[in-house]
Amino acid sequence: MKFIDEYRDVELAKKLVSRIKQLSTRPTRLMEFCGGHTVSIMMNGIRQLLPPNVEMLSGPGCPVCVTANADIDKAIALAHLPDVIITTFGDMMKVPGSYSSLQHARAGKADIRIVYSTQDALQIARDNPTQSVIFIGIGFETTAPTIAASILQAENEGIRNFYVLCLSKLCPPIMKALLDLGELKLDGIVCPGHVSAVIGSRPYDFIPRDYGVACVVSGFESLDILQSVAMLVEQIESGKPTVEIAYRRVVSPEGNKTALELMESVFEIGSADWRGIGMVPASGLKLRKKFERFDAEQAFSVTLEPVREAKGCICGDILRGVKTPNDCKLFRKVCTPEHPVGPCMVSSEGSCSAYYQYGTDYE
Amino acid sequence: MNDETILLAHGSGSRLSHELIEKNFLPSLANPLLAKLDDSAVLDFSGRLAFTTDSYVVSPIFFPGGDIGKLAVCGTINDLAMSGATPLYLSLSFIIEEGLTLSELARVIKSIKAAAEEAGVKVITGDTKVVNRGSADKLFINTSGIGIVPEGIDISGANAKMGDKLILSGAIGDHGIAVISQREGLKFSVPVQSDCAPLNKLVSQMLGASSQIHCMRDPTRGGLATTLNELARQSKVGIRIEEGKIPVHDGVRAACELLGFDPLYVANEGKLVAIVTPSDAGRILAKIKRNRYGTEASIIGEVTDEHKGKVIMRTRLGTSRIVDMLSGELLPRIC
Repeated sequence: MKFIDEYRDVELAKKLVSRIKQLSTRPTRLMEFCGGHTVSIMMNGIRQLLPPNVEMLSGPGCPVCVTANADIDKAIALAHLPDVIITTFGDMMKVPGSYSSLQHARAGKADIRIVYSTQDALQIARDNPTQSVIFIGIGFETTAPTIAASILQAENEGIRNFYVLCLSKLCPPIMKALLDLGELKLDGIVCPGHVSAVIGSRPYDFIPRDYGVACVVSGFESLDILQSVAMLVEQIESGKPTVEIAYRRVVSPEGNKTALELMESVFEIGSADWRGIGMVPASGLKLRKKFERFDAEQAFSVTLEPVREAKGCICGDILRGVKTPNDCKLFRKVCTPEHPVGPCMVSSEGSCSAYYQYGTDYE
Repeated sequence: MNDETILLAHGSGSRLSHELIEKNFLPSLANPLLAKLDDSAVLDFSGRLAFTTDSYVVSPIFFPGGDIGKLAVCGTINDLAMSGATPLYLSLSFIIEEGLTLSELARVIKSIKAAAEEAGVKVITGDTKVVNRGSADKLFINTSGIGIVPEGIDISGANAKMGDKLILSGAIGDHGIAVISQREGLKFSVPVQSDCAPLNKLVSQMLGASSQIHCMRDPTRGGLATTLNELARQSKVGIRIEEGKIPVHDGVRAACELLGFDPLYVANEGKLVAIVTPSDAGRILAKIKRNRYGTEASIIGEVTDEHKGKVIMRTRLGTSRIVDMLSGELLPRIC
């Protein structure tokens, strides 16, 4: 199939693998930041192709997974308010909060609807003018522009019953936070593909400069990832870490100007609560004063029970890359896609889900 | 007449109900057993009976390559055929939402007739109910089927043996993608048609070629991956498959890329997987390939005594990975 098979060519893959083996002389620790990359790596068994000295850790790049329990509790509490319709991406439904999930809230009496885009949510607001429609605004720089666009559209059309629970998060600041924690001793990062399509590659410049860690922006096919690993190994072996783009067909150094302007006009930088990491300053987005009336947290007040973490769940450690799903006592035993304990098993981009679906730990 | 719609009164047992049956059902499906219109059909039988039932709630009721009527006939026939039975008779129950047009109903009955004729089965008993708008979605159909299992045939999901070969009768994912594309208004340059088809004649040709077919199953909901996992668990064996050997049409691949699905989990309605003794695999495969529903058949893997209860796939890159059962819901109401 055109534009797919080219990026899955087996002969080219073999060449890249032997190039990586040729180049690589020392223990090398890489992290794929993005959950989409984790899925592709597991699905294609890419770890099995790499030489034993090249290690790949999975990072926190799954928007559902990094959403803190406190924020999920907030979404559930909002869902129980009268005359409120919650609109959300489907992956959020099953994520367990401290006491419940949106799925359970819906099975109760809450009106919760799965949407594929913010445009669907806006349409629900138009169709239900007597009810308040709240969009659960999770995601990274990939979804933030579409949330911004929906808010501008609601403003222009005078839609007064549309709100956003603003949980947008930013990738470069959390990469900095992980590097500052110093738990991982990374040599290189496979940088996210679609986030970089929006922000470009420049925001990663501080990573090789301040931390000496190599960066390559990668696509999602097997060849994309192998090529990115080869480029990272080359940078690391030469001792000259920098930022490169392997995903040139989608990503430019400057990013997408229109998307960035949209975000800039609606949001300002604020702190964000990350599962497993906690509050990180300047790592999230909040609505500018001018758009405050769309902010669900300001428009509605809810009382929340104290936050509770699931016993034995190590999603936090997995998101920081210090543990893998196989290190978790609950993995495959208590925690399965049907009965997820933590969010990394729920989201299709979560590490636990990818390891569960495609792992080779079957013996 | 054909522009009329079904009313609640059509299901009330009144003159209208009789009219509906006599004008719409009987002419197409006529056979002496059905025509009696007694409370039950009375049959003479000898031998081992196979008996199965299934309900069909697909939305939309018409989709490229088929409709709910064809599906209701083929689905039940295939369930019988997978146990090696020769399907003979079907029951047909309709639950109709008021407002369905008579012309829609006529289209469905026409394709029921065509599918039943192709498979050589007779509809010998039936029922019609009409429910309030909103209590059903246009049309739900239940079919039950009876068949005879010929002497000496013992096919079960528990019969796979180490070394057996796995034969897949053709490309996967066509039905699920045809339905979802129709529902969501997706258009692809290579249109995807449902593979919905009666497989009983194919199965009888296979049984003619070898008596060593150990397991047979049609990978419907949950797709090939789920079926293989069921077989591995039931037979307490490991199953090894090769990604490169599993045919997938381009339209299905494109749709799966777009929607984030894995073709291994997308439903089929006209495919089967057979687990057969290795020495007969070539002969059975050749037989399948000569049937119109098996031209793309392929040997996709084998049964092993390693990783019992699990399915492992060798990818195109030469790596291996688990292929697990479908978890949760991929596509609602595809059959």
